[in-house]
Amino acid sequence: MLTAILTGFIFSLLLVVAGKYIKGKAAILSALVPLGLFIYFLQFTRQISSGEIITKTYEWVPSLGVNLGFTLDGISLIFTLMITGIGFLVFAYTATYLKGHEYLDRFYGYLGIFMAAMLGVVLSDNIISLFIFWELTSISSFFLIGFNNKEKASRKSAVLALSITGIGGLLLLAGALILGNITGTYSISEMLLSKDLIAESSHYIIIVILIFGAAFTKSAQFPFHFWLPGAMKAPTPVSTYLHSATMVKAGVYLLMRFTPSLGNTELWNTTLITVGAITMVYAAIHTLFRTDLKGILAYSTIAALGILVFLIGLGTREAFVAACVFILVHALYKATLFLVTGIIDHETGTRDVTRLSGLRKVLLPVAIAGFLAAISNAGIPPSFGFIGKDLIYEATLHFGNTGVLLTALAIITNILLLYAGFLAGIKPFTGKLPQSFEKAHMPGFLMWIPPLILAILGITIGVFPSIVQDSLIQPAVTAMGQNGSEIQIKLWHGFNLILGLSAITIGVGLLIYFLFKPSLKLEKGIAKFDKIAPKSIVESIGYGFGQGSKKVTGLIQNGYLRYYVSVIILFLVLLTGYTLLQNTKYVIDYDSFSELTVYEVLTLLVMAVGILYTVFTRSRLAAVAAMGVVGLAISLIFVYYSAPDLAMTQFSIDTLTVILFVLVLYRLPKYLKLSDRKARIKDGILSVVFGSLITVLALEVLGEPQGSQITDFYAENAYVLAKGKNVVNVILVDFRGIDTFMEIAVLTIAAIGVFSLLKLRLTKKNRK
Amino acid sequence: MIQHIVLYPIIVHLLLAILLLFSWNSIKIQKIISAAGSVLSLLVAIWLFSTVWNEGTLTIQAGNWEAPFGITFVADAFAATMVLLTAISGIAVSYFSIGTILKARLKFGYLPILHFLLLGLNGAFLTGDIFNLYVWFEIIIISSFVLITLGGEKKQLEGAVKYFTLNIFASVIFLTAVAVLYGLTGSLNMADLSLKVAAIENRGLVEVTAILFLIGFGIKAAIFPLYFWLPASYHTPPPAVSAVFGGLLTKVGVYALIRVFTLIFVGDAFLETIILTLAGLTLFVGAIGALVQNNISKIFSYLIISHIGFMILGLGLYTEAAIAGAIFYIIHDIVVKTNLFMVSGLIYRLKGTMSMKNLGGIYAKHPLLSLLMLVPLFSVVGIPPLSGFWPKLSLITESFKIENYWLIGAIIFATFITLFVIARIWAEVFWKEGKKLPTIQNFRYFHLLKLEKKIQILGPIAFLAFISLYIGFGAENIQQLAERVGTELMNNQLYIESVLGNIKEQP
Repeated sequence: MLTAILTGFIFSLLLVVAGKYIKGKAAILSALVPLGLFIYFLQFTRQISSGEIITKTYEWVPSLGVNLGFTLDGISLIFTLMITGIGFLVFAYTATYLKGHEYLDRFYGYLGIFMAAMLGVVLSDNIISLFIFWELTSISSFFLIGFNNKEKASRKSAVLALSITGIGGLLLLAGALILGNITGTYSISEMLLSKDLIAESSHYIIIVILIFGAAFTKSAQFPFHFWLPGAMKAPTPVSTYLHSATMVKAGVYLLMRFTPSLGNTELWNTTLITVGAITMVYAAIHTLFRTDLKGILAYSTIAALGILVFLIGLGTREAFVAACVFILVHALYKATLFLVTGIIDHETGTRDVTRLSGLRKVLLPVAIAGFLAAISNAGIPPSFGFIGKDLIYEATLHFGNTGVLLTALAIITNILLLYAGFLAGIKPFTGKLPQSFEKAHMPGFLMWIPPLILAILGITIGVFPSIVQDSLIQPAVTAMGQNGSEIQIKLWHGFNLILGLSAITIGVGLLIYFLFKPSLKLEKGIAKFDKIAPKSIVESIGYGFGQGSKKVTGLIQNGYLRYYVSVIILFLVLLTGYTLLQNTKYVIDYDSFSELTVYEVLTLLVMAVGILYTVFTRSRLAAVAAMGVVGLAISLIFVYYSAPDLAMTQFSIDTLTVILFVLVLYRLPKYLKLSDRKARIKDGILSVVFGSLITVLALEVLGEPQGSQITDFYAENAYVLAKGKNVVNVILVDFRGIDTFMEIAVLTIAAIGVFSLLKLRLTKKNRK
Repeated sequence: MIQHIVLYPIIVHLLLAILLLFSWNSIKIQKIISAAGSVLSLLVAIWLFSTVWNEGTLTIQAGNWEAPFGITFVADAFAATMVLLTAISGIAVSYFSIGTILKARLKFGYLPILHFLLLGLNGAFLTGDIFNLYVWFEIIIISSFVLITLGGEKKQLEGAVKYFTLNIFASVIFLTAVAVLYGLTGSLNMADLSLKVAAIENRGLVEVTAILFLIGFGIKAAIFPLYFWLPASYHTPPPAVSAVFGGLLTKVGVYALIRVFTLIFVGDAFLETIILTLAGLTLFVGAIGALVQNNISKIFSYLIISHIGFMILGLGLYTEAAIAGAIFYIIHDIVVKTNLFMVSGLIYRLKGTMSMKNLGGIYAKHPLLSLLMLVPLFSVVGIPPLSGFWPKLSLITESFKIENYWLIGAIIFATFITLFVIARIWAEVFWKEGKKLPTIQNFRYFHLLKLEKKIQILGPIAFLAFISLYIGFGAENIQQLAERVGTELMNNQLYIESVLGNIKEQP
């Protein structure tokens, strides 16, 4: 199974080197990859339908509890077959759709990565590896949305989609880690055993919120749906594959996968029903106001995703059956409609539904595919869509007190979906063929066969639902934790309420289709509401955040060195001051200090004058020189305390520093009085406080009992072991000789630096 | 005497630097010495690392003065790892420098100074003496200062003044802290300090000292609110210099923080709170800083700051797993940040600018180079399973264990902004159609370079990209290493015993 997942990655890697061979006629060969995988997964059907669950685990990072654990059960099987099956058709379609495209190899590369990652998502049992594949689908989607990278809108949509799904992914990671922490495992199937533990945990709410965050962003639920219409900037095969049939269903998959372990609580069900209902109705209404075929299909996809979330939220067995069926129904008809749209776009150069008509005369097989898909989409018997719609109504009707309301919402959505499907699948082909489209001709068979296959499948399964009943639907529903009686999905249930509702749906839908005409005016009309749409709100929040960040960053990093220094000192004063105030004893033993001598007093005076001069002088050079005086005074103090070696070191370092400073400062403009009086006073106070703090600290330290065995060791052994009479000398050159050695290196480096500062001055001209 | 290996990483670079100084007049010979020497230092680092990995912590007393009286050098797993990473990053930068640094700079001692810098880094990682650490920091500062100013361009000097002032200030605080510590304990040996500090009764004074260390090292590590020098200076020198800075300089500050706060100042709840708070703020403020930049190397500079937060966070959480997370992050970060700045150098060579607004068209014109550059770009985001992803597992889990959702939020926020920023770089620099930029006179564009030079530029990037991939896909090995370091650091008696011998025998 690992090989199956890796195949896509390997395929993409191969394209990096062998890309040029795939650009020509060989492109069709790449479709063999998904086809092979489809057959591979198909052969598990028998085992899965007999209730088996296939697992395979490979070690990866056991120290972090991450392994490549794969589980193939009913839910996974539906998804793997969709991913590889539709993948096969899309790969084949692309060979003609993007024939001769300069970057066809890259396109296949991204598709391959996506397919592999998506398989990883639906097969992973380890929640961390699920997350890893999840992120990879977002990344491959990023590259595919931005495939026409020269267009600004494509790039923008790609970044937007990656941002939304990316943040969702991070929420998933956090949720996964918290779940792992509570249950002690990252294996989703093992988490099932700790269901009660999770539900009773005080972190249950946060886990659910995080998982929802991931699912809603990925599956384009309101109010995170807005990245999906933008994602339609991608070439049509991508829209078909990622943004309708598979990737956007990853969120739905996640919810299905976690229904057994997290579901069946008030929070879980109510949220899903609410969000799903809002999404489906909101998006369905939006389809009325679109004229771009892909725009219509994007919103109807969002609506379909809303239905799925809604059904999972209902949480009943009937709802799960409906959800599993609807996933298949939707994948079949929506992929067809997208592929049909792609052909129309390819042959006529437009996707504007108000301009398209009569194309059946030139694109008959395509028109048949579009018609059949629209039938299934509308839920007209004997299509598979009819069964799907019936099951949805059945689920809502039997849902307790709010059943009527929920059914009403489902009906509204379905009516509008019918309209959208007819608009996309039938409208372009009916009526009169405008002159401008007369030259349109049938594309290569690789383009029109795939939608036809899908469309025919949609009808065939409708007539023979038993094809999927036991093999796919039953195991999937069982995997969602509902293993009750056998499932019966049938086309004909006899005359009942549901059939009536179905009839109403179809009737009203057809009425709207014939009476309501989409127009640019309407599209512009609804654009007025864009300001309060979630997309604009999120964008303006993002913009505001960017502006705020700019301000904050500018405020912090304002370019003034003196400000930087004072912030650091202030921070130090606050932290140490706080701690000192908390802990100090304020007892200083003055008697232990030795008496001051005249020399010391004089030196200190020199120091004080030097410091004051540094602070108040107006010449930068003079300030540096005065600092040098302070340094020399310090070396004098070393002399008094019989440390001539230290004094020499101090002397040379200090001199060198002054030179370095002068050299750097020499290049700067003249000393200006940049700070006003107020700032100077503030700085003065800060300096005094800082100085006092350090003084207090030093005195405190002196008050601590001190008996250094190391000092004693040096004193005793300087002569005995190190053969030196001056202890300081011995320390410098022997006991701690490395320090000295390295200080010598410091001087060497500094010397080179001084040399280069003096000699080397690069300008634009001498850059050779 | 197997312990001698501990000194070899130091000696190699010292000898190299000296040899390079003697070859002052011939850039050609300098290049050969640096290139060969970097290989040698990598071999030595591998040798040291594998010895430490197999046989445990090694120590050696300089001048054979018994600890705590002389200066001790210690190679535990942490130090050996850092030395190895320095060698990896060092070899890449050495070759990249040979390929990209202007002749004028090479003539004024660029290569010897580079090796002095690497010497300082290795010294800092290996020393077991707090004052000696200060000396290594001096070497690091002075050589980095020379590298930043070398060339004397106006913007370089402007950046250098801020860099030098704030870093020297950090050293002063560090030195003050050492002085206070010496006043309190009468010792400088870190293992010895660990025992002596634990015995001090005046905990308040110990806490103040610890805060001084936190601020001194914090400036060097570029944590909030002490990082000002970094955005002010990192974009000013040539990319090769930014690369070695970006990869290693802040990390030596992080190293010092982790070392001091796991060995000497242990188990202070107040400090842990402060460190955690600073970590969260660093993640946040660095991220929003990266969000608003236009110059790609400035973006990378802010990303450095933001990601320092991850490492400090691991320290602040103060569990074995969290420290392991921090170590993993350091390992990833050194490799990837070095590479990012080399990538910015490559982009500069291709286009003659680093401004995102003016850049574009690299993906169309150089697809394979784009793919190569994609590796470090995506690694820094931590797009799974690339290298930056793994340590976050430990960091989020450990933050959750103390139920600090703010920290989890900060981690997610910083990761998200990094993702966004890198996606934008990809869209703007690689995808967008390139503008017609005016040709710069005398500028050595990438396509004008000889094949040899091209290899010197691309080789190091590919090398580090490969290491990044290894860290990502071979995460198990890195995690085991990180966990071992984490265990060693959190059980510091191992360190102490290997320096001072069996503690119980001490009087």
